[in-house]
Amino acid sequence: MSVFNGLKFRKVYSPIHNLDPRIKFVYVCTIFAVAIIFSEILPLLVLFLMQIPFVVLAGVKREWLRSMRGAAFLATIIFLTNFVASFIGAGYIVTAKNLENAAAMTLRFIVLVESFSVFFLTTSPDHLGLALEQVHVPYEFVFAFTTAVRFVPVLAEEAQTIMDAQKARGLELERGNFLKRIRNYIPILIPLIVSAIRRSLELAEAMESRAWGATKNRTNLYVLKMHKGDFALIAITITVLAAAIYIRLFIAIPTLNELLTRLL
Amino acid sequence: MTLIETKKVTYTYPGGTKPSINDVSIQIEKGQFTLITGPSGCGKTTLCRCFNGLIPQFYQGELKGRITVAGLDAVEQPIYELAKHVGLVFQNPENQLFALSVEKDVAFGLENLGVSREEMWKKVDWALELTGITDLRERPPHELSGGQQQRVAIASVLAMQPEVIVLDEPTSFLDPLSAKKIFEVIHDLNQRLGITVVLVEHRLDLTAKYADHIIIMDEGRVVQDGKPREILRSEEARLIGIGIPKATRLYQILRKNGIDLGDKIPLSSDEMAKLLREALKD
Amino acid sequence: MIKIEEVYFSYPNNVEALKGVSLTIRNGDFLAIMGQNGAGKTTLVKHFNGILKPTRGKVLIDGVDTTKTSVAKLARNVGFVFQNPDSQLFSESVEEEIAFALKNFGFEKEVIEKRVTWALNLLGLDEYRKTSPFMLSGGERKRVALASVLAWDPQMLVLDEPTIGQDYQQKEKLRQFILQMKTQQKTVVIVTHDVEFVAECNPRVMLMREGKIIADGAARDILTNPEALTEASIVPPQIAQVFFELSDLGLPKNVIDVYEAERILLERMRRKA
Repeated sequence: MSVFNGLKFRKVYSPIHNLDPRIKFVYVCTIFAVAIIFSEILPLLVLFLMQIPFVVLAGVKREWLRSMRGAAFLATIIFLTNFVASFIGAGYIVTAKNLENAAAMTLRFIVLVESFSVFFLTTSPDHLGLALEQVHVPYEFVFAFTTAVRFVPVLAEEAQTIMDAQKARGLELERGNFLKRIRNYIPILIPLIVSAIRRSLELAEAMESRAWGATKNRTNLYVLKMHKGDFALIAITITVLAAAIYIRLFIAIPTLNELLTRLL
Repeated sequence: MTLIETKKVTYTYPGGTKPSINDVSIQIEKGQFTLITGPSGCGKTTLCRCFNGLIPQFYQGELKGRITVAGLDAVEQPIYELAKHVGLVFQNPENQLFALSVEKDVAFGLENLGVSREEMWKKVDWALELTGITDLRERPPHELSGGQQQRVAIASVLAMQPEVIVLDEPTSFLDPLSAKKIFEVIHDLNQRLGITVVLVEHRLDLTAKYADHIIIMDEGRVVQDGKPREILRSEEARLIGIGIPKATRLYQILRKNGIDLGDKIPLSSDEMAKLLREALKD
Repeated sequence: MIKIEEVYFSYPNNVEALKGVSLTIRNGDFLAIMGQNGAGKTTLVKHFNGILKPTRGKVLIDGVDTTKTSVAKLARNVGFVFQNPDSQLFSESVEEEIAFALKNFGFEKEVIEKRVTWALNLLGLDEYRKTSPFMLSGGERKRVALASVLAWDPQMLVLDEPTIGQDYQQKEKLRQFILQMKTQQKTVVIVTHDVEFVAECNPRVMLMREGKIIADGAARDILTNPEALTEASIVPPQIAQVFFELSDLGLPKNVIDVYEAERILLERMRRKA
């Protein structure tokens, strides 16, 4: 659940929040691609560290740390599987190379979580919806997305009310064996589903009454315009991609071991 | 000028065993403030959904009779056409707000109609000002109180500048003070802008004083249709089960005891106090 | 008997909804809790059956501290009817819905059958015994929710906003029903902002504002107290408003009932004549 906390948007105004989501997304995808290009630990480390200034600038340190913590479990599994596999492959000996490889794979996963987390933490759902609309995703889908997000807190509250109401009729949710506990959730699920259906009907009525479907050329109150920051980000993205390709093709990347030996 | 007219309308919901409204013929004039009331299940909610085409187009079912709204045939014209002339505000504030900010919600109808961005901003600002919620424009809907949410719903309907606004028990979920504010906003729209208002309500104590036309329904039929003071003079409305304002009730029972406070029956406590003061003067 | 001692309550998002509330409700009391949305009324009554536990202070239901027992056990004596019946309804038939709580509380099969029949009868729902609750109208669903709570015969009934969306006739029936409960020595607490309904019921009235109790007394005193009502953001009943305006004529100020108003005015006019 804490992984999801890392994805929840918080309303704060920072230069990163104001960036065009489309550009941000392209940047995140580029980082993802670059992370795939390299399996060596050094470049991955660079990639990881590169995101930190974004996190700091956006002022989302706390939430970001929470999502990192959430990813820690999976990261450990990735590390162990990789390490054990290469351990066995190398004939049951621990080598620096194997350790480094396992660490690199883990770091790749972390870079992924890290950058997507920054994206979702700094992009409001309506900003995201607007971006989707402007890249010509059909409006029905964008609408379904933003409306769903809008109703999440409402549904959460309703679920709580239903639980309270049924507890007040003697329903004990914490007792009983596994099967019984599942059955005990039926009095919670059914009112929730029925209410969701009723709600959709009312929403549909309201949509129709506000001229839904009047024209295929739907306009928008807001429009995404690119600013200096966006162009800067485009420049950074292109530079990172170009540098990554160049390094991959023409430069031999030392392992951490070699680098440390060379420096010391 | 008649803005809404129904001629002998009878409607049965799909799968219904009997009609929800039966042989209903009413007329609503431009600029009027019409109150539609009646006991639960009398058909008032069904009737107001006939005004913007939800019935029969959205609900299907069996419809007989004619419905004309702003000169358009409400059975033939698509709902999005009728939406330009009739705005409908529903009971539950939460389920009418879709967007993540108030101003986006107010613009929703205009966006659907393909209005240009400059036009939209003007109309959104105008609607927000009229409903007194300009300072809430960037807030997300779930942070607002029920009363504020309903004002957003009214603003979003207002933005499309319809000739008629129909409100179906808009204050059911609100406390009396918020309800009062909503009625004041609606009254203001009617008086200042000349918008025709159709209000479906139980709370006559808060609304009867604003209306110049009242329609009482019972079991799917219209049983009384006319001016509020004339209709509330008799006890018939109360006997159907309508909640008469207490001030009016006092007038009625004093009259039964031989005390006639005059011809103009009171619809609010102020009016009643004035009448009593006259009567008790030495 | 319910004793609330200096209760403070804060929601997880740190909003302090109750700021030092103390209250005693005796068996057989009929209490109306009124106040603006957000004053803390529903938060307070959710402490009566342990749905919420105080952050500070104590809530004692018949001597039992609510933090020391489960909601299910407390519910045995405190029946809570929520504002929206759709938060509870889930069964295939009305009789199953009513039997739900009885099964949870461990009643015997024969007792359950008797109680279900009794509850159906009491609220005029016999014809809907085998009907699915989702097929019923709003008012009927409210009655099913009420029946399902009455079925286990709790000593105390808490009704959260029972008059919302109800027409006058339905409210009258509700009022009669509450009177019936009173004759059976039950404790009834209603949370409402329907001032006219409270004026007709004439209970003990408690006003709340921003998590505190600001007034507590008989309906005729509280609902005619302009300062208290303004503080609680409540509109006085129409009859009270009429008499406020005429207070300079020497008429009594604490009238909330229309028939009492009639009596007083007739007497005054006869004296004049």
